[in-house]
Amino acid sequence: MPIRLTVNNQLHELVVDPDMPLLWAIRDHLQLTGTKFGCGMALCGACTVHIDGQATRSCVTPVSAVEGKSVTTIEGLSTSAGKAVQDAWVNLDVPQCGYCQSGQIMSASALLASNPKPTDSDIDAAMTGNICRCATYVRIRSAIHKAAESLATSPPAKS
Amino acid sequence: MYFSHIKDTSTLWPTRSAPEVTRRQFLKLTTLAGSGLTLGALLPGCGSGPGSSGAAVGPPAPLTMTFLRIDPDNTVTVISKHLEAGQGVWTGLPAIVAEELDASWEQMRVESAPAKVPVYGNFAFDPKGSVQGTGGSSSVANSWDQLRHAGATARAMLVEAAAAQWKVPAGEITVSDGVVSHPGSGKKATFGELAGSAAKLWVPTDVQLKDPSQFKLIGREKLPRLDSRAKSTGKQQFAIDVMLPGMMTAVVMRPPRFGGKVASFDATKAKAVAGVVDVVQIPRGVAVVAEDMWSAKKGREALHVTWDESGAEKRGTEQLMKEYKRLGRQSEAVSVAKVGDAEAGLKHAAKLIDAEFEFPYLAHAPMEPLTAVCQLSPEKCEIWAGCQLHTVDQMNAATAVGLKPEQVVINTLAAGGTFGRRANPESDYIAEVASIAKATGAKYPVRLIWTREDDITGGRYRPLNYHHVTAGVGKDGRLVGYKQRVVGQSLVAGTPFAAMIKNGVDPTAVEGNAAEEYDLDNVHVTWSQPKVGVPVLWWRSVGHTHMAFSKEVVIDELAQAAGQDPVAFRLALLQKHPRHVAALKLAAEKAGWSKPFPKEKGRGRGVAVHQSFGTVVAQVAEVTVTGDKITVDRVVCAVECGIAVTPDVIRAQMQSGIGYGLSAALRGKITLTDGRVDQTNFHQYEVLRINEMPRVIEVYIVPSTNPPSGVGEPGTPPIAPAVANAVRAATGIKLRKLPFDLAAARSARA
Ligand code: FES
Ligand code: FES
Repeated sequence: MPIRLTVNNQLHELVVDPDMPLLWAIRDHLQLTGTKFGCGMALCGACTVHIDGQATRSCVTPVSAVEGKSVTTIEGLSTSAGKAVQDAWVNLDVPQCGYCQSGQIMSASALLASNPKPTDSDIDAAMTGNICRCATYVRIRSAIHKAAESLATSPPAKS
Repeated sequence: MYFSHIKDTSTLWPTRSAPEVTRRQFLKLTTLAGSGLTLGALLPGCGSGPGSSGAAVGPPAPLTMTFLRIDPDNTVTVISKHLEAGQGVWTGLPAIVAEELDASWEQMRVESAPAKVPVYGNFAFDPKGSVQGTGGSSSVANSWDQLRHAGATARAMLVEAAAAQWKVPAGEITVSDGVVSHPGSGKKATFGELAGSAAKLWVPTDVQLKDPSQFKLIGREKLPRLDSRAKSTGKQQFAIDVMLPGMMTAVVMRPPRFGGKVASFDATKAKAVAGVVDVVQIPRGVAVVAEDMWSAKKGREALHVTWDESGAEKRGTEQLMKEYKRLGRQSEAVSVAKVGDAEAGLKHAAKLIDAEFEFPYLAHAPMEPLTAVCQLSPEKCEIWAGCQLHTVDQMNAATAVGLKPEQVVINTLAAGGTFGRRANPESDYIAEVASIAKATGAKYPVRLIWTREDDITGGRYRPLNYHHVTAGVGKDGRLVGYKQRVVGQSLVAGTPFAAMIKNGVDPTAVEGNAAEEYDLDNVHVTWSQPKVGVPVLWWRSVGHTHMAFSKEVVIDELAQAAGQDPVAFRLALLQKHPRHVAALKLAAEKAGWSKPFPKEKGRGRGVAVHQSFGTVVAQVAEVTVTGDKITVDRVVCAVECGIAVTPDVIRAQMQSGIGYGLSAALRGKITLTDGRVDQTNFHQYEVLRINEMPRVIEVYIVPSTNPPSGVGEPGTPPIAPAVANAVRAATGIKLRKLPFDLAAARSARA
């Protein structure tokens, strides 16, 4: 039985092991490689995607568990929060090696979608699951605040 | 990081055929060899030689040179011989070219150079450029002259092409912000328009470089990184993202103890896993090859391997540390540095510090686990990876597949971090993927992925180290003697880099010692090298990771023993080190050191200064200690790295180096029990997360006219001692074992 998967508003039918983590389904079978593998155990956040808008670690989410749900990867990120986060990231030159940044951006945009004005402790709570070995954390924090500011001054989210 | 110590590598490498340099290029190279000109600017793509300089307007064509290409679409692409692993070379190198070329920043692009020496060799590793690679924080330093000449040469050619077209004297032509103009006639052209005719010109060899006072891009406060957009949209391609038609994915089962070997294996169950296509033995283990990563992993779980552990390392780290301590007490050791007479000096000590330090093994844990793709054919072995040491990787891949090094073609992709891990003498992951391609009969392109568990347990760690320091101050508060024994594995013994060992000393094991860094009358540093089967490697800042710690902690304790201010005490010992003085004074001033630190419970401030890879960094750390928890609230960092090419990248590297060093100071440790690594993934090998990153990091750059030196590593060494000194100021507790464990240090004192 093929698994029906909606990723970035596109419906796919995949014939794979239902236990296959969503991460490997989207990377190896849908060739969407923006979502990264970092640990495979929900410890680093590199694989973060949105499932029905919620930041989720795709490395521990079986592909069968997302049937009928809407998956958004970094390639399909188009919410106003997502755009504001990406612009702030570019503006402050947050990335170094860049490998963790898809996951950081997916976590940060989910945070801003639910909490448009996060405090530093809100940021700690939402972002502590995302490791950056280049330690871009100071700029990640500033970029989230900056994105929050720009969202507050721009027209409301369409999302 | 590493090869800065190599003066002549000609003995390090097996002889191989001469690099492809055409006769004409060769003549030019040899003629210019003594002129101090580097060859970067000298290799045109399609020059037709003298006589063609009456360039006519031809069909659009690129101007292709060794280090840059100007395309008809008006983009300037810098060919980076260095790996971008986050440290910002894809911005720093283009900045140097763009400056001399008078390009606009918006037209700059960057791509990786192929693997080819000596054209793309690293001249900081050895003067002949016989090794291509990135390390030792050398990228900007060893590209500085080369890329300035490349940019200036291309500029001169564009000007000459314009002069010929417009029939005006070249001297009347100006170039600014990517536009070539002749003010007299009002004529203008873009680089892209002139590239084709410039490409037909003979390459000038006597170009004029700018006076640094004319720099517009170099030193600009905020020059946007060229890779930020791609890295913020998931578009940046890493090795793990390479998808070739028909490509299979492999994982490798490696011995559970270092030095173990495959005795036999049973692949029946592994092969029964859906998607698994091959199970093959390679020199380092058994590879499971499958249609996708998930099937490969499941296949490996079903694989049964029997190991021959007769030659394996079976000791644990506790036992090793005991042996290190015993070695530290023995008299036999090699002398690393000796000034005056430390023993005699110490007899005059009024106050003595006798301190033992312990440093654990550390994994690099770059965020992108080691990955490489290989496509093998009878004549060619093509590799895609975040290669850090191309020439060595070519040799090791060639050996694995039975081809010549020049038949190994390397496509260098952005690396998801490295911190030294991707540059290793046996090219472990590259050799593995090549071996798998060979063992599977080159039937398909194959991608090897190390899981995080493979990475954490896979060895090549920053070595375990034990230091014993005895140092003292006299009645007058002067430092009278400093004696240090270091016990730790050599990074290069038994590798092709063993030639770096001079007089029995591996400089990478003991670099940044007190004799190098301070003006001391009596100092003696010795080193013992234990034989251990755990593979080790340079880890961001190499020997400085531990040498800076013991030195800066002991100096701080001596200042206290002498009743002096820690900054003033250091400054008095740095009279012959003006760059240390400049960095230390700037950090102290910006941190408000002269004002007393507020006396609040659990709060403290500490300082450290250290030079590595030609750059001096001073840091002041402010901490709060609550119970057994250390919070670093603020770090003020000053860096002396010569001319600041890209200040914002320098700031980013200092922030990064601080975070990386703090991760090791607060959490990082690899331990072994009976030869098996205890940690497997980030729940056990803990790393710094955003909640523990100092909220405030201020970075100040010392204004300097020295040639640029590196910034990728030097931010790391000072942070751990600065924090330890701050904790001692706050609590009186001496942290001498890493990672810091306040509870343990407290009970040891009680
Ligand atoms: S790869 Fe999923 S959390 Fe690390
Ligand atoms: S930017 Fe390198 S791991 Fe985050």
